[in-house]
Order: sequence, then structure tokens, then C-alpha cells
Amino acid sequence: MLFSPMPMHIPDGFLSTAVSIFLWIVSILIIAYSLKRVGNELGERQVPFMGVLAAAIFAAQMLNFTVVGGTSGHLLGAALATILLGPWAAIIVMTSVVAIQALIFQDGGLVVLGANLFNMAIVGVAVAYMVYRTLYRLSGGKQWGIFVGGFVAAWASIELAALACALQLAASGTSPADVAVPAMGGIHALIGIGEGLITVGALAFLYATRRDLLTAGESSATQGKVVWGVGLAIALLLAVLSPLASAYPDGLEWVAEEHGFIETARAPFYEIIPDYVFPGVSNEALATIIAGVVGTLIVFGVALAIGYARRKRQEA
Amino acid sequence: MHIHFLDPYQPRQSLIHAMDGRVKLILAVAFILTTSLTPMGAWAAYILLSALLLSAELLSDLPLGYYLRRAFLVLPFILAALPLPFTVPGQLLAEFAIGGISLQISTEGLIRLISIAIKSWISVQIAILLTVSTPFPDLLQAMRSLRVPRLLVAVFALMWRYLFVLVDEALRLMRARSARSSQHPQGSYRSGRSIAWRARVTGSMVGSLFLRAFERSDRIYMAMLARGYDGEVRTKPLPPLTRAQWVGTLIGIALLLTILIFAQFLSLLG
Repeated sequence: MLFSPMPMHIPDGFLSTAVSIFLWIVSILIIAYSLKRVGNELGERQVPFMGVLAAAIFAAQMLNFTVVGGTSGHLLGAALATILLGPWAAIIVMTSVVAIQALIFQDGGLVVLGANLFNMAIVGVAVAYMVYRTLYRLSGGKQWGIFVGGFVAAWASIELAALACALQLAASGTSPADVAVPAMGGIHALIGIGEGLITVGALAFLYATRRDLLTAGESSATQGKVVWGVGLAIALLLAVLSPLASAYPDGLEWVAEEHGFIETARAPFYEIIPDYVFPGVSNEALATIIAGVVGTLIVFGVALAIGYARRKRQEA
Repeated sequence: MHIHFLDPYQPRQSLIHAMDGRVKLILAVAFILTTSLTPMGAWAAYILLSALLLSAELLSDLPLGYYLRRAFLVLPFILAALPLPFTVPGQLLAEFAIGGISLQISTEGLIRLISIAIKSWISVQIAILLTVSTPFPDLLQAMRSLRVPRLLVAVFALMWRYLFVLVDEALRLMRARSARSSQHPQGSYRSGRSIAWRARVTGSMVGSLFLRAFERSDRIYMAMLARGYDGEVRTKPLPPLTRAQWVGTLIGIALLLTILIFAQFLSLLG
């Protein structure tokens, strides 16, 4: 669809249930904590402020520029939101954007939404914050700190979110790590440059027109130590895990196998169910044929019922 | 009641449209979870799940082609799973030699690739069915009754309300840019300057969109204050589910559970 800036919204079916549920739990905890922090910082202003800015990020993702031959660059916006709003509000804003994309536009699945939130709203924001704050501090609050920091933060947020996505696919047994990690990492290293350029363009515009907005985030910076630490931890972990996983894809293969092991461990549970519960189940081919017949009958029955109801309505 | 080209809701007078949003949301998530839990290569289970899906689509009074077209959305992501037949170890199905590199396709890998494709294909269609048949405010209410934090739902609601305004704003920015940009009629000549320059122009557009959003959010906040907003999000309590709605939800979940147990049972034999 026209709103998918990059192949990073995982659809349903591509992650194993164990990976999906684990990441749902992690994301829910972090988002709940961010909600509390934002409530303390913004007070009653938070609902209109974050709602409108989430809509702005969504709309900003539609703005594109042509690169070469039909391809175009877009914005993800995690880094820009982090720089302008601070980390906690950025997590909530990006959560809203990713959740609405999944719910309304099927950009990303529902059961895997936890993983998509983790990659784009949490990894993206935490890494961008860590990089931007570090470079901004190094520059001593000078102008180049904002722009260089903005560019590198935008690039890193895209790249690391993509690596997290690739590792999740590999851990689910969907894509071999030695293919997924270099492919996702490589493509997004390029996409990240576009993200960086747009982010710098936006920062330059705001620097010229409303400099106060760029420095507004500083007051809350003293409270951002946790995010800085989390961002650093995520960045280091992904930087170590990604080359390791692509060099030894069997490691993650092993994780995927473990899920298989959990599945076979459930066997005794299903042995309780006697054979006659599902007639024909003892033969797989036969079971498939029966399922086909039953399925066809269901659909046929529904179609007939609809046709009948429609005729009746016309007669009435 | 056309709202905006972005709004996927398609008003119809169908059984699916008449269902309560909460029931639909629960059943859709249960359906996707069931699909996610069915083992690889459980063809019988995929057939039964597709039958349920097709029946629901027929009941929704929208052409099947509509769902199929929108379901192509997941297609690009299949790329991620394409190497599976070549890397998953297992029974050798076929062997190719292209330019000195020999590629081996394993049955297990191929089964996994096809299963992933079917699973995502089915899951995305039920999600489409949900959004096409449920107005977004109903979905928000459903989320609230499923214990999504009230504040988050309020942010979603406000975002939804201003999404169309800001998307229109973004489209106006793009129209203004193309009105000021020249383009060679042959098309093969690149218009505009370097890529970095074009990215910067887009960045300025993003910046000005942000600025307008900032200012708009201030105005909205003032308008809300003027109408008595005090930071508390108040919503009308939802009516409890009727007995028929409960029964419908439970039957749906029981059906899905049966298919799931059936699929697990089948995979143990294989």
C-alpha cells in the first residue's frame, strides 16, 4: 500500500507464536510505563498533543521524494519524534502510529503487533534518543550537534529496528539468519540514509523557524537516563547478535527448534483425546479430503442461505 | 456517508456489519491466534479455517475480489521466507545447478514456505474483514472494553479524528511541490537537483507539517478547555453483551479451538 514506507511491518503468520507473545509482553510493559511518565510530564495537554502529532507522523510518512527509477524515499519518523517530543512521548506517538497502521490499514499483523511495536516504537525511539543525546552533548550544544546527531540518530533507528526485525524472523524459523540479517541490514542501511536526510531537512526547517521547539526537549533530558541506558543496551545487543547470528545461523535455528520441541512436549496432552473424536484423523490424506468436503459444504451452505435470504427480501 | 478515501469502512446491511464490535474484535484476534498456532503443513486445518473465512466474507455482502486484492498487501513480505526451501534441512525434493552453484530444495523447507504464505494470507483477510465491516469508533469502544488503557484509546481516537485533516495537509504540500517543479515531458530526464537536495526539500515539508500540527494541537487544546475539558477522559459505559452475543462468541471460539486441537492432533501423527 502507499503508506508502507519500508518492509518492516511484519504481517501475521511470519513470527512464531512464542516470539509474538514474548514481544507483546515486553512492549505492553514499556508502553504502560511510558504512559505514566507522559502523564506526569504533560498533564491534561497530553491527549490533544499526542493525538495530533501521531496523525502528523502518519501523514508525514506519505511525503516522499524520488530516488532512482520509480523507487522513493519516505520517513519512519521515530527519530524526529524523539528529538522533538522526548523519548516517553515519542514512544506513545509511535505506538499510536504503528497500532493504527495495523488495525486500519493491515500494515503489519495483529498477533505480531507486539513485535512491530517493539521494533518501531521502542527500539527505534530508544536508539535514536541514545545516539542524539550523545552526539548533542559531544558537540557542547552547538548547531552541528543537532544536525549530525539528527542524521546519525535517524539512520541508527532504522538500521537497528531492521536488525531486530531480522533476528525475530530468524528466531521464528521464518527466514535463515545468514540471509535475513545481511539482507535487512543492507537494504535499511540505504533506507536509513534517506531517513537521515529527511530528518535533517525537517530539523533545519524547524531550526530556522521555531528554534525553541528543538531546545524544549532538553529540560526533560535529565530524566532520560533510563532511556539512554536502554538505547545503549539495545544497540550493543543488536550490534553483537546480528553478525553472530549471520555467522552461526544454527544458533537461532536452535531457538526455532526449541519451539518445535515445545510442540512435541505437548504430545501427551493430545494423546488423551481418543481417536474417535475426529473420525478419519488417523490418516492424514483422508483427513485433508474430509476437511475439504466439510469446508466446501460450509461455504456452499452459507452461499445458499444468503441467496435465499436475498430472494426473500426482494419478494417482500 | 463517505468520510475520506483513507477510511476503509464500507457501510452495508449485512450480518457481519450488524455484529457487535467487541465480538468481532475478539473473534478476529482468536482466529489469527489459532492460525498462528496451527503447525506447519496442517493442510486440513488451513482448509477449515479458509472455509470459515470465506463464509464470513460471503456474509459481509462485499465482493470476494475486494478482499483478495487487498490481501496482496502481504505479498512483498514473502521475500523474507523465500530462501527457506534451500536452507531448511530435510528430504531432498529437487536439485538445480545454475552457473556452477547447486541449489537443493528440501520438502520440509517448501512445506514451511507454503504454510507461512497461507497463514499470512488467511490472517490478513480476517483483519481486512474486521476493519471493512466495523466503523473505527466501534473498534475503539471494543478496545476499551478489552482493557486497553483509556488514555491510549483517547489518543487513538484523537489521532483518528485528525488523521484526515493532516493527510489532506500533506497532500496539499505535495501538490504545491509538484506545481513548483518542472518535469521533462519525455520523463527520462531527471527533474530536480541531487537526491540529497530533493530529500532536504521533503524534509522541509515534513518540518512545516510538524509545525502546523504543533500549532493545531494548541488550538485544539484551547478549544477543549473552553468546552470544559479537565484532563479526564470520560466515556459512556458500554451496554453489557447480550446472551445471544455471548453464545455467538463462545461458539466461534469453540470452533476455532476444535480446529486447533484437530491440527495439533494431526501433526502428531505425521
